[in-house]
Amino acid sequence: MLSISNLQASIGDKEILRGLNLEVNPGEVHAIMGPNGAGKSTLASVLAGREDYDVTGGSVTFDGKDLLDMAPEERAAEGIFLAFQYPVEIPGVSTTNFLKTAMNEIRKYRGQDPLDAVQFLKLMKEKMKLVNIDQSLLSRSLNEGFSGGEKKRNEIFQMAMLEPKLAILDETDSGLDIDALRIVADGVNQLRSPERATIVVTHYQRLLDYIVPDFVHVLYKGRIVKSGPKELALELEEKGYDWIKAEAI
Amino acid sequence: MTPSYASYNEFKEQLLAAFRDNEERMNGERKSPLHQIRRTALKQFDQLGFPTIRHEEWKYSSVNGLLKQSFDLDETTTLTMEDLAPLEIPNLDGNIIYFVNGRYHAELSRLISPADQVQILSFAEAIKSDPELIDTHFARYANYQENAFTALNTALASDGIVIRVPANTTVEQPIILRFITDTRTKNITSQPRNLVLVGKNAEVMMAESYRTLGEGASFVNVVTEIVLERDARMQYYKVQNETEKAYHIGTTQVNQADNSHFYSATVTLNGNFVRNNLNIVLNGQQAEAFMYGLYMPNGRQHVDNHTLVDHAMPNSYSNELYKGILDDNSTGVFNGKIFVRPDAQKTNAYQSCKNVVLSSGATMNTKPQLEIFADDVKCSHGTTTGQLNDEALFYMRSRGIPKDEARTLLLYAFSQDVLSQIKIQPIREYLEKVVTQKLTK
Repeated sequence: MLSISNLQASIGDKEILRGLNLEVNPGEVHAIMGPNGAGKSTLASVLAGREDYDVTGGSVTFDGKDLLDMAPEERAAEGIFLAFQYPVEIPGVSTTNFLKTAMNEIRKYRGQDPLDAVQFLKLMKEKMKLVNIDQSLLSRSLNEGFSGGEKKRNEIFQMAMLEPKLAILDETDSGLDIDALRIVADGVNQLRSPERATIVVTHYQRLLDYIVPDFVHVLYKGRIVKSGPKELALELEEKGYDWIKAEAI
Repeated sequence: MTPSYASYNEFKEQLLAAFRDNEERMNGERKSPLHQIRRTALKQFDQLGFPTIRHEEWKYSSVNGLLKQSFDLDETTTLTMEDLAPLEIPNLDGNIIYFVNGRYHAELSRLISPADQVQILSFAEAIKSDPELIDTHFARYANYQENAFTALNTALASDGIVIRVPANTTVEQPIILRFITDTRTKNITSQPRNLVLVGKNAEVMMAESYRTLGEGASFVNVVTEIVLERDARMQYYKVQNETEKAYHIGTTQVNQADNSHFYSATVTLNGNFVRNNLNIVLNGQQAEAFMYGLYMPNGRQHVDNHTLVDHAMPNSYSNELYKGILDDNSTGVFNGKIFVRPDAQKTNAYQSCKNVVLSSGATMNTKPQLEIFADDVKCSHGTTTGQLNDEALFYMRSRGIPKDEARTLLLYAFSQDVLSQIKIQPIREYLEKVVTQKLTK
């Protein structure tokens, strides 16, 4: 589904990804771990199409298509979803209105008819339960004045609505207490399916107790330096990242 | 046709001559108090002349472009309902009063409120039928001593509207003034003059809408004086959607007594050069004024909003929010002055001006001015000018919303803080539509 080959990316003069390779197949959950500054969030951003980064080499294909050639909105319409580490506050646009616009734009891209108000509300009600999100929150300006937990739940709610093929969770655990973490993780787990792949970017093993990955990759200095089964996360939790750094040199 | 270029002084001379011609045709009225005020105002206009950018109040707004135009002072034209069809505001209901080239147009106008709710007269009629009323109120509020355009209007204004709302009355239907400038055959200038008197504990909603027909140049120099007596409430909207050759200079002067409430929105969608002065004197305790503004210049348009709130008495409140979206090579000006007089203790005055600049060629000049002479007051002001939030754009795009759509959605939301204040629903809907069209262009 997703095939990343020798990906290199920089911001300004600073090289961040230096030849990253990763294969993700439908149904799989991949965890990307690594110390601060390793390039985890850069990877998530480059996949979603953030323009601050320059891709200087390598390739990324998604369902056989050249992902790097697509605008962020095209990537979303092709089925990529990024749950933001810091969801953006958008004054004056309600979550409901925002999502309705997004869904219908994606449907348009796919040649589908727009959802009418009734269909949309029905879908919304159904998905709200997944992350235990309140209707009143959704009619407020998107993320404006939301608590950290509410913002992250809203991200997962949006993911549930948009039903992506590939979900990328960028440090979704940051800033969450254990209860909020559990709600968010439950939501993600309910969305797991044989067709959907997930990339979980995280610094800590904690989240992976709840979202259990099939593969764990350690990112260091812009490359994946170690991959393994879910137990690798526990090992990292126990031993820290220093031994990886030592091995990588 | 008049010559295509008139120099600075030519236009002024033309206006002064118009006054003298008019005066010569007068008989008894020449001695009337009204005419004496006009003479003084004309002298004042003659002395002041048109402002240059050396004038502090006109530093960012040069009227040179206006003075290069030539205008026909003969405003007569024939206009039918069909001509107005493209300018229609859908579903608009209420007292709809048309002015064509500054002249009240009885056939096009529709007055539906009963006379015990509101008395509506054209200014030209009122001069004849109720000279006492005019003598009592005309030019008592808007300052023609210092403002050349107000002086010009005071001297030359021949028509407009006079609205009187009796005490303890709610005017149920809004009053919509539609100023249409018909430039299809010639360049037109007009000097509308409006007077609105809202009695004790009375309530009214009013809107001024400015449109242009045709490809010629227009110059509207309007003055609206509003008096709110004790406990009166007024919603006041000024909407401009004129052409690329429209020059508009307007002053709205509001005088508020105890516990009166004034809510205003000034929306400028199109025009070559637009200057809005909104001056409010809070001349009573517990008087409250709310001022909202939205301007969206593009191309080479210039929009200047000058607001002045004069807190003259204790315990009064003012709150203003102006928002601008500037594109292409347009320029904007916001100058917000707040006076708090020594007597005006416990004043609350808030001011905010927020701007989004969409292109590197657009410029916004903001100048808050607070002059506070009382010590127990709460005042705040803030201005921001920036680009569209890239993070927000990326966030929206990452959810599948194309860049242009995302941009429109963000800017529309930005404009809603102002548009949502407009309580005459057909006008709000009309503005929302035009704003959307302008944003998606």
